[in-house]
Amino acid sequence: MSALPPYASPLQKTWHYSFRVICGLIFFFLIFPIMVIVPLSFNAQDFFTFTPAMLALDPAGYSLKHYNDFFTNPDWQQALRNSVMIAPAATILATFLGTLAAIGLSQSHVPYKSAIMAILISPMIVPLIISAAGMYFFYSRIGLQGTYWGVVLAHAALGTPFVIITVTATLVGFDKSLVRAAASMGADPVTTFFKVQMPLIIPGVVSGALFAFITSFDEVVVGLFLGSASQQTLPWQMFTGLREQISPTILAVASLMVAISIALLTVLELLRRRSERLRGLTPG
Amino acid sequence: MSDTTSDQVLTTQDGKPLKAALARALRREKLRSFLLIAPLLIFVLITFVAPIIDMLFRSVENEIVSETLPRTVVVLEEWDEASGQAPGEDVYNALLYDLIIAVENKRHTQLGTRLNYEQTGLSSMFRRTGRRVDDFGEVYADQLIDLNAAWKEPVTWATMLATPEWISAQETWAANPSGPEPAFVVSEAARNALPTTADLYGAFARFIQTEDSDSPMEEDPWVPVYKALYQDLIANPDAASAFSGETATLVGQAAAAAPNFETVSIKELFIDADDDWGSAENWAVIKTFAPKFTSGYFLSAADAQLTPTGVELKPEDERIYLYLFYRTLLLSIMITVSCLLLGYPIAFLLAALPLRYSNLLLILVLLPFWTSLLVRTSAWKVLLQQQGVINDFLVWIGIIADANRLVMINNQTGTIIAMTHILLPFMILPLYSVMKTISPSYVRAAKSLGANDWTAFWRVYFPQSIPGIGAGAILVFILSIGYYITPELVGGTSGIFISNRIAFHISSSLNWGLAAALGTLLLVAVLLLFMVYDRIVGIDNVKLG
Amino acid sequence: MKLKTLFLAGTALAMAGGAATAEDMTLVSWGGAYQASQKAAYADPYVAMHPEVNVIWDESSAEAVAKLRAMNEAGNITWDLVDVVASDAIRLCDEGLAMEIDPDTDLAAAPDGTSASDDFGDLLVSECFIPQIVYSTTFGYRTDVADWGGKEPDDICDVFDLEAFPGKRSLEKRPINNMEWALLCDGVAKEDVYDVLETEEGQDRAFAKLDSIKDNVVWWSAGAETPQLLADSEVVIGSTYNGRLFALIEEQKQPVKMLWDAQVFDLDGWIIPTGLSEERLARVKDFVKFATDTQRLADQAKYISYGPARKSSAPLVGQHASLGIDMAPHMPTDPENAKNTFLYNYEWWADYRDDLDAKFQAWLAQ
Repeated sequence: MSALPPYASPLQKTWHYSFRVICGLIFFFLIFPIMVIVPLSFNAQDFFTFTPAMLALDPAGYSLKHYNDFFTNPDWQQALRNSVMIAPAATILATFLGTLAAIGLSQSHVPYKSAIMAILISPMIVPLIISAAGMYFFYSRIGLQGTYWGVVLAHAALGTPFVIITVTATLVGFDKSLVRAAASMGADPVTTFFKVQMPLIIPGVVSGALFAFITSFDEVVVGLFLGSASQQTLPWQMFTGLREQISPTILAVASLMVAISIALLTVLELLRRRSERLRGLTPG
Repeated sequence: MSDTTSDQVLTTQDGKPLKAALARALRREKLRSFLLIAPLLIFVLITFVAPIIDMLFRSVENEIVSETLPRTVVVLEEWDEASGQAPGEDVYNALLYDLIIAVENKRHTQLGTRLNYEQTGLSSMFRRTGRRVDDFGEVYADQLIDLNAAWKEPVTWATMLATPEWISAQETWAANPSGPEPAFVVSEAARNALPTTADLYGAFARFIQTEDSDSPMEEDPWVPVYKALYQDLIANPDAASAFSGETATLVGQAAAAAPNFETVSIKELFIDADDDWGSAENWAVIKTFAPKFTSGYFLSAADAQLTPTGVELKPEDERIYLYLFYRTLLLSIMITVSCLLLGYPIAFLLAALPLRYSNLLLILVLLPFWTSLLVRTSAWKVLLQQQGVINDFLVWIGIIADANRLVMINNQTGTIIAMTHILLPFMILPLYSVMKTISPSYVRAAKSLGANDWTAFWRVYFPQSIPGIGAGAILVFILSIGYYITPELVGGTSGIFISNRIAFHISSSLNWGLAAALGTLLLVAVLLLFMVYDRIVGIDNVKLG
Repeated sequence: MKLKTLFLAGTALAMAGGAATAEDMTLVSWGGAYQASQKAAYADPYVAMHPEVNVIWDESSAEAVAKLRAMNEAGNITWDLVDVVASDAIRLCDEGLAMEIDPDTDLAAAPDGTSASDDFGDLLVSECFIPQIVYSTTFGYRTDVADWGGKEPDDICDVFDLEAFPGKRSLEKRPINNMEWALLCDGVAKEDVYDVLETEEGQDRAFAKLDSIKDNVVWWSAGAETPQLLADSEVVIGSTYNGRLFALIEEQKQPVKMLWDAQVFDLDGWIIPTGLSEERLARVKDFVKFATDTQRLADQAKYISYGPARKSSAPLVGQHASLGIDMAPHMPTDPENAKNTFLYNYEWWADYRDDLDAKFQAWLAQ
């Protein structure tokens, strides 16, 4: 696939190139909707559509006013603050509990392993609307609805499956003899964990944490049900913004979030390379 | 192995049997892994599983009828709905006592709302009657007070019905009020002699003390309490013998006068307040939904209803949920198929390219995956609308005329396009991880044996990629049948899912029982698929990028 | 129960950190220009007088009934004052979730001494409801539609006339208002609408009338949609709240006009949730008394074209705060606009909402 052999027939050549064109179109389909947001966020008008001035590349058709609005509007700033308050707390909780459980699950002889795994993964599988509805009723009953901790606990629960999955994946490649070696040389289990196991699974933990973070940072349905005004997060503000008044400030926020995503992705890719280096695999 | 060694027990260094030592080590290891798992397991059980089980419970719970009308539902047991006649006076009497308590506690309209789900019109029946029920039986109050003005005094009632202990405790409290008044206690004697009055007055006193923070010694009893007393006195003309002193005289006088009182039919008062109280059909609904648990919500979720004669389908113009479930499934299948069609070539390309290229291209797949769902949905709004980017472009290059711009949003097309885009990474990633493991030598071997490109792919490569297809397809399908936000924003009316209806019942119509029932059905569908997924892929094999 | 105590204790500990100060007052409203007008006309002047009060806005009015019910189950009311439409106020009052008020002691009298109950008059539709504004649901249409040959709609039934006025329409995704308009245009007299709608045949008639335009309807569920659709020419005529259309026409200068015919009047106002502590209740009552006095209600009309609920406010309605145009002619209650209005029957819809909504959704799905 990667290279076309010199003896390829014209039909094969045609297919080879048309396949690449097809793939190019699909990549275009994946990326274009995200990229189209960026120029629109510089729209000088209060509309969601490309204005003639923008299409003519007239500088007057562009402005930073929506970015300005985002950074000065107290509602958006409050939403940003709330997101920044909620997502890290949920991430820490999910990562801590998730990593412990993943280590536990990776041991041999865990009774009812698949049942436990099914329960732990379920927050990722159960439709969000059902999780949101269930939590809404239940958290109301126990007095957590509309509180900061209610949203944090819910987001943490939704984020744990990602931590479990990523940490388990790194543990699969983990050589158990290293632990035995450390133990045989007299290290106690705690030292063994921090000195041997931890450095090796850290990429899995970090990427799990990133998934948990983005789950919370991008979560709207559960927040919408469980939160009150003081927990109004960025995605929530965007959702009401989209429904109640269609303002391009949403697109400015979106563009900023795309930038953050690209930054996070770069971190992930670097981590993956580091992990492979540590395990002796070299990226091809 | 010789005979001697087989009899010997293997021991460890410190002399303990090896078998026991191993068993102990195993136990310890099990315990350790359990201790590591336990915190998260407990956390997920409390914050996630318990709420869902709690929601399942809501879908069958129906306590409101028997809690709000406890007396009525007991008497109503006797009534035969097949008679086609509204129940007799005794049911209406019980209803009066239940309703006055419910009205004072503002519970009657909640009950009306609940029953209105089953029978249109019951909501206003309860609301309208609620406004008037506080003077039902006024004729008895007037006659009792005419007979003896003492009946007008709150103290008369309280002393007649309370235990002597309460009266003295109340006196002590009144002399030096600190904290709340002692809770009212109905005396056993009064309960035996005047059961209905004692029951209703007890409810009244509780209400006055807890809700209004007033004293029964100072508040006039509700008008229906007089009707209850009249009813008791007719049933038990000898009631006075249970009391002593002034109260005995008072009760004796009332008991003697009661048979000559002008009477009024409570049934007629109710029917006068709202004609619907005379309808046997409405009473049948109340009786049908009297039990503490109901299958009514689940039946509604399946477009059926519980009638006094059994389960039947709803009228055709009200059937919607089965169709919505069907549409949710159909659209999810279409989304899954389009994800597969678009995802397969990409995964194939990524698996075939050297790692340094494929990792770069993988970022193009992961970027949308990481971008906010709302951002992507709003992007599709901008692109797809009739005056949007795509239509503008098509008009500009002349493929379509300005007058016939394509309708691609607020319908199924919009939902399918946007959701395919959103879920595509969930198809590509599992496919890619499976295809990476397919060794290229198989295809090469097939070709060297004379297969052409297509045959080599179709007969050799494709079958090996099927586990990836299964994994990706089920994952996409599971995720898509539960989607809510995207259909809400781009789906219009023909592109919405069952989830949108669940959200509607939670936040707008407030029919939480129905929302829970619909949610349960959806959950069962997802869990079944989850089990299939577990069979095919194994849940520990889910990979994320 | 133990679980609950545990959680409450945890939450209390977390809260003790000082997230909520004693003087916070949470007001719930609809967001957007409407909330902005409330902030400018009521909250900002109040906070200027009482700097110790910290007003928090929650844009949850659309889900107010559901959320209040949930808060009530939890016994933890976090809202102090909630802006709802009249029908929701009636529901909340019925369920005991809203507090009954005494207009004459809880609300300010008019400047000329007229008592609040007389000043608000019939608009006090529930014992718990403190009216603020009269708004209407009505249609706006684009004035630059080539297919219409220069004609402009002036009758509600033009909405149903695809021959004379082709193009897409936007209607709200619920039976309320649409069913009434359909019957009015099917020849039912205004006073008979609800009697007819009560029967199976009447409902079929309404659906049949709506069927005639169904293929050309975009259904909306949030008030911002119709203005955006009109601005984008996605629809040529659409229903929404009159204040939204005012903003579209006068502030954003779009080629759109109002069709006031058969506008449906409705009310919007405050309710105070039950279960507030004495201290919070006293604070919120003080705010409400200020925020619903004659001047404040008239001030709100400077920012948005909704009619003040007090009779005494009407003469004080002045000019728009930034556009400098007279607001009176843009009020739904202006005699010129209110030539033909329709009154929405709260009680009737309380009964038939569930039933007709199911039928309406089934009809939409067909």
